[in-house]
Amino acid sequence: MAKKLLSGNEAIGKGALEAGLQFYGGYPITPSSDIAEYIARELPKYGGIFIQMEDEIGSAGSIIGASLAGKKSMTATSGPGISLMQEHIGFAAMVEAPTVFVDIMRGGPSTGLPTFPSQGDLLQAKWGTHGDHEIIVLYPNSVTECFYQTVRAFNLAEKYRTPVIILSDEIIGHMREMVDLPEKVEVINRRMPEVKPDKFKPYDTNFGDVPPMPPYGSGYRYHTTGLVHDETGFPTHNPKKSQALISRLVNKIRKNRDDIVEVDFEYMDDAEIGIFALGPVARSALEAVEELRNNGVKAGLIRPKVVFPFCDKELMESSKNLKKLYVFEMNMGQIVNEVERVIGREKIEWHGKSNGEIITPDEIEEYIMGRK
Amino acid sequence: MYTEIARKYLRLDKFPSIWCPGCGHGIILASILRTIHKLELDRNKVVMVSGIGCSGRTPGYVDFNTLHTTHGRALSFATGIKLANPELTVIVVMGDGDAAAIGGNHFIHACRRNIDLTAIIYNNNIYGMTGGQVSPTTPFGAYATTAPYGQFETPFDIARLALGAGATYVARGTSYHVPMLDNLIKKGIQHKGLSVIDVLTTCPINFGRRNKLSSDGAKNLKYIESISVPRSKFEKMNDDERKGKYPIGIFREDDSMPELTAVYRKKLEEIRREG
Repeated sequence: MAKKLLSGNEAIGKGALEAGLQFYGGYPITPSSDIAEYIARELPKYGGIFIQMEDEIGSAGSIIGASLAGKKSMTATSGPGISLMQEHIGFAAMVEAPTVFVDIMRGGPSTGLPTFPSQGDLLQAKWGTHGDHEIIVLYPNSVTECFYQTVRAFNLAEKYRTPVIILSDEIIGHMREMVDLPEKVEVINRRMPEVKPDKFKPYDTNFGDVPPMPPYGSGYRYHTTGLVHDETGFPTHNPKKSQALISRLVNKIRKNRDDIVEVDFEYMDDAEIGIFALGPVARSALEAVEELRNNGVKAGLIRPKVVFPFCDKELMESSKNLKKLYVFEMNMGQIVNEVERVIGREKIEWHGKSNGEIITPDEIEEYIMGRK
Repeated sequence: MYTEIARKYLRLDKFPSIWCPGCGHGIILASILRTIHKLELDRNKVVMVSGIGCSGRTPGYVDFNTLHTTHGRALSFATGIKLANPELTVIVVMGDGDAAAIGGNHFIHACRRNIDLTAIIYNNNIYGMTGGQVSPTTPFGAYATTAPYGQFETPFDIARLALGAGATYVARGTSYHVPMLDNLIKKGIQHKGLSVIDVLTTCPINFGRRNKLSSDGAKNLKYIESISVPRSKFEKMNDDERKGKYPIGIFREDDSMPELTAVYRKKLEEIRREG
């Protein structure tokens, strides 16, 4: 272990390098640009390629291309940039190209509040691209977690052949904390085919919901398209085959949700009042929970580290004995819809804002004390 | 009924193609395949990338590593592929709308970067697949479904655009002048850097019919012949004679500029040596 003082964004860069990043294509945008700067400096030392593309759409295209050619790849962006990338996030989901997209959230819509935090992209991360798909979305809340969640993002991308989105925000991205960097991390690589090229089908489900993926140039010649395709990779509009593809894309994530979902519980064992929060809001919430407990209120915190697939099961179980569940988020009401979907409206109190300010521990404590 | 080249490189089970009778796309594809055959490229190391549109379907018909991407963005995917594995020969086929409208930004930047890709533009002056809408190369005054009173705007000259953006190999051919096209594509693939081959071609159904050329393929090809002038001859013509004509041939072949993946490889070695 080596101790290092890093920002959240640098820790994402460091995590990516340790996970095996070999290609980064990006476009500058606040507050994510320092990820590109860090990687532009460090990645060549690992033998990897950094390129600043002409825009976010091109950045996303380039990383999918690199992934198909066999390299672990990522991009990072913010605000309008993640909106621009959505078409290619869908393409990556459709062709099952392992890729990592980092979104350092800032105030929106539009150009919004470029240098201030928000949690305005929580639902866009899942629903931003058109069409049906599932996607994995992670959200660290400390610099250490930025490192480990990024390693995990690459591993999940490779394991499930899917784009993975890391959400962070201006607060987590730019705060500095000491990180214990491990000497080695667990690294997962995509599966290679077991059959010879003449027997190979790129989306053959005989090997499970996640087909093996040889790189271009390896002798396995196949077709890749964003059109609905069958197991051979070629377009089809046969309803049965179309449904089979979309079902598999969705199910390979849904069926493996237990392997993917991670939730952090704090003080929940005897909690009567729960707080549901993500990222930096969960840091405020934890402080508020401790303060509330000092005042005799049995409060606890539920913090998903993985936003999607959503933690239905964990939330249902952990909220059973709660009298109330407070949802705090830095937007005008996004993740609360997921929470309501799982446990109904009755117990829920929601507080959010979209003004570029973090929700503070005092704000949370006062809000709860005023409504209890 | 199939030639040796067709049997070797086409995915014959994917035929008939979606291309209409009289479409020039098949002529361009045949030219690409003859060239790959002549150059004896290892098909395992050839990647063909396309965007969206009629041209975009090309990769589906050929037995290489093939990638059908999003509208206009083929060059960005190709950039990632080539940087990830410079050993690959990457051929990018695009339509005129694909390359010069929605993909214009990627196009000029690929030219500027001088990355070793071969960009072949199937330029038929129209959005064929979506039913005949006006494109950035539709000639002034020509008709399209979204230019029912004639095109009011000035078109792009894709070859000149590529020259201005810094591409180091720029040529224009046509689907009428086939031996010449074979040669232009061959030189483009051999060139170490960004090659652009603007190929004037036909869309009888969606361009021809609306522009007094009928849906007859041969008639449309004759039109392509009539507007094409060898570059050397074009240069001697006055402004009046040049109206409505397109010079064809090689406009630039410059081997002196550094190619991106080669520069990058050298830099990576230096950086690693210095630790």
